[in-house]
Amino acid sequence: MDEFSVLLVDDEKDYLETLLKRLLKRRIKATGANSGEEALKILKETPPDVVVLDVRMQGMDGIQTLKEIKKIRPLVEVIMLTGHANLEVAVEGMEAGAFDYLMKPTDVDELLYKLEDAFKRKKIQEQKIRRLEEDKQLEKS
Amino acid sequence: MKKQIYANLQRKIIFITLLVSFIPLVSLSVIIYYQFAQVFRNTIEERIEYRARVQSNAIDLFLKERTAILLAMADTYTFDYLAKKNNLERVFQIMNNRVGGFIDLGLIDSTGRQVAYVGPYNLVNLNYNSQPWFHEVESKGVYSSDIFMGYRQIPHFIIALQRQENKKRWILRATIDSDIFESLVRVAQVGKSGDAFIINKESFYQTHLRFGGQILTKSHLDPTLFGEGTTVVEKEDTDGKKIFYAGSWLKKNSWLLVISQDPSEEMTKLFRTKRIEVVIVVFGCLMIILTTIFTTHLAIRHLETADRKMNELNAQLVHSDKLAALGKMAAGVAHEINNPLAVIAEKTGWMEDLLTEEDFQKSQHFAEYKKSLGKIEEHVERARKVIHGMLGFARRMEPHLEDVDINEVLDQTITFLESYARTNNIVIEKELETDLPIMASDRAQLQQVFLNLLTNAVDAIGKNGKIYLTSRRIDSEIAVSVRDDGPGIPKEYQSRVFEPFFTTKQSGKGTGLGLSVIYNIVSSMGGSIALDSEEGKGTTFTVRLPIVVPEKK
Repeated sequence: MDEFSVLLVDDEKDYLETLLKRLLKRRIKATGANSGEEALKILKETPPDVVVLDVRMQGMDGIQTLKEIKKIRPLVEVIMLTGHANLEVAVEGMEAGAFDYLMKPTDVDELLYKLEDAFKRKKIQEQKIRRLEEDKQLEKS
Repeated sequence: MKKQIYANLQRKIIFITLLVSFIPLVSLSVIIYYQFAQVFRNTIEERIEYRARVQSNAIDLFLKERTAILLAMADTYTFDYLAKKNNLERVFQIMNNRVGGFIDLGLIDSTGRQVAYVGPYNLVNLNYNSQPWFHEVESKGVYSSDIFMGYRQIPHFIIALQRQENKKRWILRATIDSDIFESLVRVAQVGKSGDAFIINKESFYQTHLRFGGQILTKSHLDPTLFGEGTTVVEKEDTDGKKIFYAGSWLKKNSWLLVISQDPSEEMTKLFRTKRIEVVIVVFGCLMIILTTIFTTHLAIRHLETADRKMNELNAQLVHSDKLAALGKMAAGVAHEINNPLAVIAEKTGWMEDLLTEEDFQKSQHFAEYKKSLGKIEEHVERARKVIHGMLGFARRMEPHLEDVDINEVLDQTITFLESYARTNNIVIEKELETDLPIMASDRAQLQQVFLNLLTNAVDAIGKNGKIYLTSRRIDSEIAVSVRDDGPGIPKEYQSRVFEPFFTTKQSGKGTGLGLSVIYNIVSSMGGSIALDSEEGKGTTFTVRLPIVVPEKK
């Protein structure tokens, strides 16, 4: 499995830091953002492969952020992290293009599997795009 | 307290109703009776008054005729002529032939000696000088006497008149036949007890009474009671009976013709009417009382039932309001606790990650650390479950409708519990009505409802017991009952079992959310859940769900 980068977005600092440390320990290139706005800034500069996004945040909430992310970087996969057992929010997220959702508190291994799945999908998507572009160039030449 | 209010209200309504119905009824009947009695009385009075007037005219006429013929005789003949007995007899004969009613005839000279006499008694040469009427005639010229005994010692009355002839006065005197006169008076007697008689100014009877009254005895009637002409007087007789008397003066106000009538004789008709009226009024009043009491009672009972129902409904509303408020609070608490819990979980995870490093593995208390972290994780997991339960409770999702066969859902739910039940020797008996309609409902939510109920039943029994699961259609609802033969729910807990976090299970075993989740789900589906439990016998939960017909696709 290739290394991939993850952006964690959560306004609960302690949670964010700890989860970051745990992911780093599992050799995942993870960075953190404290808010939706910060996440979008990072996304513009150094886009990660997968974003883990808490739906319930101060300021810009998860769904809004998700929609923005999909606008700026449509290929970045997003996993929703929800404190609610509210499936409606999860459904809304999925409809807005999230890859999957997880409930807090979450098992780190489960998160890991989901991240890998999301990355795989991203890679497949990218490959497809690359192949299309190659075909286009062949046609041109 | 409540009872008191109803009793008061009932009393008030009955009182007012009776008042407004009795007052007009009773006053109307009393007024009608008195008006009627008045009319009746007036009729009786008028009748005897008329009779008295007519009869007094007749009697007056009778006396005037006798007086007139006597006057005619006295004017026609001289003293000397009449002094001869033969001549006097002729005159007497003419008088009786012309008008009749004379008993005898006498001629009296100025000294009072009866010179000649025709009649049944031997009265010739008797001197009348000492008789009271003699002087009356001398002073008045014409005089008709009251009844008196006279020389013959028989009650009679006379008409006498005086004539002047060559400075010699003489008197012609005739006695009126009492039988003829009395029969004239008696004509005026009415009915079985009515009487007609004559009294003089001193109230001595001048005629015989119909019942026992003697002539010339004193009457209890006071003649001054009767005015000019004809008057009607009501007076009590010696027995206390009311009697009507009509009095009419005759003979220049010296005699009073009295006609008496006992009104009771005529009044029996009135009294019969009165009796009928009283019976009708009493019966009517009784009916009014009974009807009023009955209808008021009925109305009050209705009111009471309606009140009670409303109170129950209010209690239910308050209860569901309370549950809703608790749900909101639970959701808030759950969200707030979830985040710290997530942090604890991550921190614990991180610590476990770190423990895998070599330095720590050499530590003396490595095992203790690892065990403690494991415990922390275990309890975080326990808290997580509670919170997920709370969130589930607070969840207000629109039911996701699909075609659901209730029996199929029940069968499926049982399979989750079967193996657990078997190991605890619990038998689940099903009695599912076939041909239940397919309805549009949320399968997952229904499954949760039934699963929670069955889990509760299994937990209640513990080991060795039976669960009866039934489904049946009742009108437009499907009722599903879960009955267990467990220990039952104590009365004091029964009203609280649907509250969130209310549990009788050991701490850590139950969240106290199962039934409140059921309550919420069933309510959102428009159904109801009822509890029937008896300590020692078992518990039955019955869920009723309205049948929602699936839309045709």
